[in-house]
Amino acid sequence: MPADQPLVVISRSGTKRWVSAADTAARKVGLRIGMSASKAQAVIAGLTMMDADPVADAAALERLALWALRQYSPVVAVDGTDGIVMDTEGADHLRGGEEMMITGLVNMLRGRGLTGRAAVADTWGAAHAIARLTTAETTVVPIGGVANAVVGLPIHCLRLPPDTIQRLHVLGVETVGELSAMPRAPLTLRFGPEPGRRLDQLFGRVAEPIEPLRTPDLVVVSKNFQEPIGAAETIEKYVRRLVGQLTAELEQRGLGVRRSDLVIHRVDNTRQCLRAGLAKPVRDPARLSKLLCDRIEKIDPGFGIERLDLVAVMTEVLEERQVASSLIEEDVVDITPVIDVLANRGQRLYRLSPVASDVPERSVMRIAPTAPETGADWAVKWPRPSRLFAHPERIEVTALLPDQPPAVFTWRGKRRRVKRADGPERIFGEWWQRPREMQAVRDYFVVEDEQGERYWVYRAGDGVDLETGSHLWFIHGVFG
Amino acid sequence: MSHARTSRLIDDLRERIAHLEGGSTRKAAVLPFGVPDIDDRLPGGGLVCGAIHEVAGGGSGTVDGAAAALFAAGIAARSKGKVLWCLTRPDLFAPSVSQAGLHPDRVVYCEGDKDEDVLASMEEGLSFGGFAAVVGELVRLPMTASRRLHLAAEKTGTMGLVVRRWRRQTEASDYGNPTASTTRWRVSVLPSEPLPVAGVGRARWLAELMRVKAGECAEFEIGATDAKGRICLLPVSADRPDTSSWRGSRAS
Repeated sequence: MPADQPLVVISRSGTKRWVSAADTAARKVGLRIGMSASKAQAVIAGLTMMDADPVADAAALERLALWALRQYSPVVAVDGTDGIVMDTEGADHLRGGEEMMITGLVNMLRGRGLTGRAAVADTWGAAHAIARLTTAETTVVPIGGVANAVVGLPIHCLRLPPDTIQRLHVLGVETVGELSAMPRAPLTLRFGPEPGRRLDQLFGRVAEPIEPLRTPDLVVVSKNFQEPIGAAETIEKYVRRLVGQLTAELEQRGLGVRRSDLVIHRVDNTRQCLRAGLAKPVRDPARLSKLLCDRIEKIDPGFGIERLDLVAVMTEVLEERQVASSLIEEDVVDITPVIDVLANRGQRLYRLSPVASDVPERSVMRIAPTAPETGADWAVKWPRPSRLFAHPERIEVTALLPDQPPAVFTWRGKRRRVKRADGPERIFGEWWQRPREMQAVRDYFVVEDEQGERYWVYRAGDGVDLETGSHLWFIHGVFG
Repeated sequence: MSHARTSRLIDDLRERIAHLEGGSTRKAAVLPFGVPDIDDRLPGGGLVCGAIHEVAGGGSGTVDGAAAALFAAGIAARSKGKVLWCLTRPDLFAPSVSQAGLHPDRVVYCEGDKDEDVLASMEEGLSFGGFAAVVGELVRLPMTASRRLHLAAEKTGTMGLVVRRWRRQTEASDYGNPTASTTRWRVSVLPSEPLPVAGVGRARWLAELMRVKAGECAEFEIGATDAKGRICLLPVSADRPDTSSWRGSRAS
């Protein structure tokens, strides 16, 4: 089906049929959500119509929420029929902050052919309203800025039943600001407690915990406590017990865990989460409980913990394998346990792998520590400095052009006389990376001063043609 | 030729001390340099595997630690297995580490934000036991922290290498403070090997063994690590470079 042909989805209730969704092409020609189906057909001849399938929609939304649960945050739930709500507190920094996180999320959805709008706000109600009613693709409401952001929004974003909205419209109430300015007592008398509760949730005056999504194929084990617990040793004891139950359950299903969440329910109806990620599927209770117990000091038990949930949110098939006998071949040490421990502490772990580029700063690429061993090595046979500056530093140089090494150079206020030098090693710009590098040239020299300190210096340009570079000198690294 | 080797009395005393320490049943594995003159100065004939060894640069090397890092990379390269390299300032240029004999597939880097992160990562890596060596680039190494690292290394037999590099050259006097490390080295650059033509020859270092447990201090003029991580001893030159300018900064 061509993309520019209008497409609408038709919902029905009794004999009434109306447009419940329209694509961009359909909206462009004037079709609106809520129009009757016959009217839409009258507007466009041969309009493509599809029957709505709410069950399949809900299942698709749940799949999306499950994906978000694995990727973004331990607390994700389906919000209404058309959205997902996530508690991203403490999870955004992993994606470079809130702005980066939701931009990335929207872009990722767009890459899969979905149009999404995202908002980050202090409360579920505010994020719900802003994501649905602002035109911007992504919105980040600053902390404490909810009141300003939502006053002007229409009241149908409040998650109230449609007839309540209708009756409020009859009263002439249009925006959230107007509704919140009304005296609460007559409002409750006339419409029941719901509008007041929704307003309080929107402004964060009452808590609205998000019940995280759980599907039958997620392995969940939990423990309720009759008396709230709080001591670190007690928490550790029960975490270990839960991990034992979880791994037993996983063993029955033949799965290994890649990502697991420990959800801590406190007596004051707040929740905390600890997420443990693993580089490879694991079913070893000792390893999993070490990752979780490592961070017990991050848990604030408050007045006590009444319930612990342990969820394996991301699992992979893990089959038992025979271990190679060390009599015949050398056993390869699996370093993933220590990688997991360090990575869950927030350390950046990587291996450096060669890239086929002569430009020094581009010749190194970070790869995952568990990436398969390629055996590749740098092809350069010329000496390379052991410390490379992230930004080459300007030096003052006395040198004969075009291809003589410096005789004297001044770096960080210290004048150094060059005793020995090697070079030039000419490195050309990579025009396929940036068009400005079409002509660019760097001439690298190894220079050694009187104390025997060896440096890697370069001149931008070939020393003849100013097109190739500025002829300024820089220091780029220090040799050992 | 060493005094300790000839004296039976000291050998006897050592044996008794080792017996009291409790680890005497297991002969500590060592990683020799492959240079007899250096190995003779080290008890056991090389760097002890389950222990901490400190390396620092001299002169401007106290800040950049370029030679010290390569010296550590060379030691790690001659061990067998994977290496964990913990750092806070990611300015180590990997091709040079590979040129010191440490293949990029063997090194896992662990970048933290603070010195404390490096210490914690090192301890975790040492107590894991699956690494051949754990290298950490540190500014400060307090006594307590070094003792923890040493205990972790001793338990698993993994070698811990600490590359000390400071923010300022004057802060390097910290290197005089005692730590639990088994050997302590200072590696400073010397003018490179003269070539018959213009150019820079093989780099040369002055490796000072400043402290070694149950051994004596020594100084060696060595050729820098080659493509297999080996160093070589140079004939001691009569006209040594003047290094008094930075030697004065050392704490006694």
